[in-house]
Amino acid sequence: MYDGGKIITGIIIGLVLLAFPIWYTHGTAPPRPEVKLPVKEKQCVQPKAYMKTNHMQLLDLWRDSTVRAAKRIYISDDGRKYDMSLQNTCMSADCHAKKTEFCDQCHNYTGVVPYCWDCHIEPKEPKEKSEEKH
Amino acid sequence: MNIVLSLIVSGLAISALVVIPFAGVWAAPFYGVHIEWLFGIVIPYLAAITFFVGMIYRVVKWAKSPVPFRIPTTCSQQKSLPWIKYDYVDKLDNPSTRLGVWGRMILEVLFFRSLFRNTRLQYGEGQSIKYTSSKWLWIGAIGFHYTFLVVIIRHLRFFTEPMPFFVKIIENVDGFFQIFLPTAYQSGLLLGAAATFLLLRRVLIPQVRYVSLPADYFPLFLILTIAGTGILMRYVLKTDVVSIKELTMGLVSFSPKIPEGGISVVFYIHLFLVSALFAYFPFSKLVHMGGVFLSPTRNLENNNRAVRHINPWNPKVKIHTYEEYEDDFREKMIGAGLPVEKKVAPTENKE
Amino acid sequence: MAVIPKSWNVPQPDVLTKKIDHGPASMGLQKGWMSTTPVQIKEGMHCHAALAKNLKTVGMPNPRDWSVMGDDWKLPENWKEIVLDGLKDRLGRFRSFQLFMDICVRCGACADKCHYYIGSGDPKNMPVLRAELLRSIYRKNFTLAGKLLGPVAGARNLTYDVLKELWYYLYQCTECRRCSVFCPYGIDTAEITMMGRELTNLLGLNIDWIAGPVANCYRTGNHMGIQPHAFKEMIDFFVDEIEDVTGVRVDPSFNRKGAEILFVTPSGDVFGDPGTYTAMGYLILFHQLGLDVTWSTYASEGGNFGLFTSNEMMKRLNAKMYAEAKRLGVKWILGGECGHMWRVINQYMGTMNLDVAEGSKMEDPVSPITGTKFENAKSTKMVHITEFTADLLRHNKLKVDPSRNDHLKVTFHDSCNTSRGMGLFEEPRYVIKNVCNHFYEMPPNTIREQTYCCGGGSGLNAGEDMELRMRGGLPRANAVKYVHEKHGVNKLACVCAIDRAVLPNLMEYYVPEVDVTGVHEMVANAMVLDGEKKKTVDLRGEPLPGKEDSE
Repeated sequence: MYDGGKIITGIIIGLVLLAFPIWYTHGTAPPRPEVKLPVKEKQCVQPKAYMKTNHMQLLDLWRDSTVRAAKRIYISDDGRKYDMSLQNTCMSADCHAKKTEFCDQCHNYTGVVPYCWDCHIEPKEPKEKSEEKH
Repeated sequence: MNIVLSLIVSGLAISALVVIPFAGVWAAPFYGVHIEWLFGIVIPYLAAITFFVGMIYRVVKWAKSPVPFRIPTTCSQQKSLPWIKYDYVDKLDNPSTRLGVWGRMILEVLFFRSLFRNTRLQYGEGQSIKYTSSKWLWIGAIGFHYTFLVVIIRHLRFFTEPMPFFVKIIENVDGFFQIFLPTAYQSGLLLGAAATFLLLRRVLIPQVRYVSLPADYFPLFLILTIAGTGILMRYVLKTDVVSIKELTMGLVSFSPKIPEGGISVVFYIHLFLVSALFAYFPFSKLVHMGGVFLSPTRNLENNNRAVRHINPWNPKVKIHTYEEYEDDFREKMIGAGLPVEKKVAPTENKE
Repeated sequence: MAVIPKSWNVPQPDVLTKKIDHGPASMGLQKGWMSTTPVQIKEGMHCHAALAKNLKTVGMPNPRDWSVMGDDWKLPENWKEIVLDGLKDRLGRFRSFQLFMDICVRCGACADKCHYYIGSGDPKNMPVLRAELLRSIYRKNFTLAGKLLGPVAGARNLTYDVLKELWYYLYQCTECRRCSVFCPYGIDTAEITMMGRELTNLLGLNIDWIAGPVANCYRTGNHMGIQPHAFKEMIDFFVDEIEDVTGVRVDPSFNRKGAEILFVTPSGDVFGDPGTYTAMGYLILFHQLGLDVTWSTYASEGGNFGLFTSNEMMKRLNAKMYAEAKRLGVKWILGGECGHMWRVINQYMGTMNLDVAEGSKMEDPVSPITGTKFENAKSTKMVHITEFTADLLRHNKLKVDPSRNDHLKVTFHDSCNTSRGMGLFEEPRYVIKNVCNHFYEMPPNTIREQTYCCGGGSGLNAGEDMELRMRGGLPRANAVKYVHEKHGVNKLACVCAIDRAVLPNLMEYYVPEVDVTGVHEMVANAMVLDGEKKKTVDLRGEPLPGKEDSE
């Protein structure tokens, strides 16, 4: 007895399962997400490369500092001072005002759900007024 | 191969697997050589091809050998007379129907049923022999395989866009405790713990140590190193995940491209080790993943006396026939009053 | 202190068992197992080499007289080629073999499950390592990794020393399948041993305790080489004995055409104590029921040492059952108490030999006494005697007085083959519990699917390997000793002729107070026969306590 049919079925099921990402993606990779950078403000609290990989650590530090030690002033490596606030500094009107255009871009793409919004209320996004700007 | 040599050989092999991508991605650019494409694109593709082709080859090779006899290991009461107890345990451990076999195989593949039976011999003085239930190996094995599965499913976030619901669920559950930042996944730590346990028992239990080959240490080292680089990359060294996903999505959509700006070398080491695991898989004991489904001692009914099993190469053999037998002993049989087919001996008795 | 026959060449049990070491000292740290050849072949731990004449009788290759202890095994010139070709051929014919060569992960779950490992402490008796002995050769010659990496991939060359080592341990395995119960992939060392033994047979390297019975069985119909007239004489002797004990004269028939049932049992029951009492039990049972049954002198062997030789040899010997059933025109076959005979019947017979039965008068087996259809045997048409008797007892068709066995405190030894190759657990227990009042189980890890070998299965029950047998039987004896000390058990019942040949020695050695019996001996002793005289002794002629001078 060979049970060839069953084995071939098994192989096919195995292949289909293992090849899930391939047929799920069916040949077209979505483009790399584009974050909308602030127009006015040109400089973030730390260099871009650092922010890319370590922003969560920084925010964590800010939270602990403000909530637990009531220290709200952050001094960047090059001596600039900032108010440690996610919503008033990071997401101020001049910087990353729109969560959907900044945070969500990468977070959705990589499937990372931060728990910032477990406590913070998502900022109301200003209605588009400066549409002509881009 | 003794234990020391086995560990050294496996250790050296792993070191090589770490050094190669490090040299290729981190060191080579100092000499003006840029071969990220080799480690990011070519090798992963080759490894995946080797894995798929190799596994198909392996299974087909098994399939080409027939199952001449129905030889289930019967681990419970057979189905016989209708009033003899044959309840669900018997139906699963000594199945007489296809459904029972399915049940047995599900228990075996998903819950490691046979390993769950494990006992440990305690050999004492004065012929004192005791057997104690020993579930540690079962716990270690279940822990290892299931956390590995969770880790793999979790990694689908790099290979799908949008992410399917089950990846999100797994990820939520896995990061349930919201400790550490980025959120610590229990599966990664448990996988490391389980693999370490399996490695330790291999080294510490004398019987297992004695039978172990480099081929047993190497995959454990490999998986531990993969888990280690993964954890390192996520929590300590930090890399640009968006670029990683750009690369991985390029791979699965067959439009591979090394992201501009590059990715840190730890990622390439991680990827290279995973590629090594995939390529190594079909040529190693890891093929038990496919083999477990085909084991004739588990995937057959014990119903041979009720339903004939066919052996495709059932050999023609020479049988000592009754006629030959009677020719040998006819006179003696007649003398003893035993019935015979031919009353008169046609030839001289051969005795 | 047990009185141990000198010829056994075995020390006292406490001496033998004290030196067994399962710890790290028995497995060198400096040396891996692969560099421990040449193996030291020990007297008492192996059986004698097959005689040329026995191999010639059945046309096995390379017959010659050789000696295991001798340096020169007189192998054919191209022995390596023969082994490797044979290996390749079997990989292609048995999925079990090909798979079991590939998928072992050496988790070690099987390591301490083997009775020979427990009793000898020899690490190469761990099932995984026994299999690795052959796997290492497979890897070297048939896998890419093995060819390229050699010992790193667990591969080694087939050398003369490696062959000797392989042989030594293939004939220290009783194919009992206990390891297979615990293996997460169901790897069955019995399958590997069977294939390994087929390979040794290509070189004429069988043992004579297997080759002899095979040759005998082929020619005379049974292992003992008993010719038809002697077979009948022996049964006639039982008839007299039975009359002496019970006052009833039974009337068996032989080679009788037109009988409804053909009865086949291992010849051990006819020619060796205490199996003979079991044979008397069958005779009494058949007579009391008035069963239309015949014995056969041609198919006078239920056992099949072909199973321990090669699948072809097993087929050649087994074919006689159907051939005789067809010639005599019986409706079905009833099989006596035997272990490996039932492994063959349950797992191989129909597949191998149903063609032989084509055109016969055989039909689905039905008990003529109760009308029960044996649905589970409708293809092979062969019923186990404990299935048959359990059915009788269930339907109250057998008048028994269990108090006649009141002097017995019984435990039951599941034989490996009916346990792990069939699943015959409840039937014999049901019969025993109905014919005797004192039944005690041995500890759960030593019965049913976890039962331990008697120490002499698969053709290793010879007289020259007593040390091996005593070592292998240790876990079984230990469990018997436990129930003997706890419950006063004095009878070890079994449904296997090899058990009945092997266990008495084992008991003599470890638990001399316990006797071995077949189940149907106890059945017959408990049966109330029509026209019986007042019973004062049992079938063994031993006085029945309380029955001698009552009334």
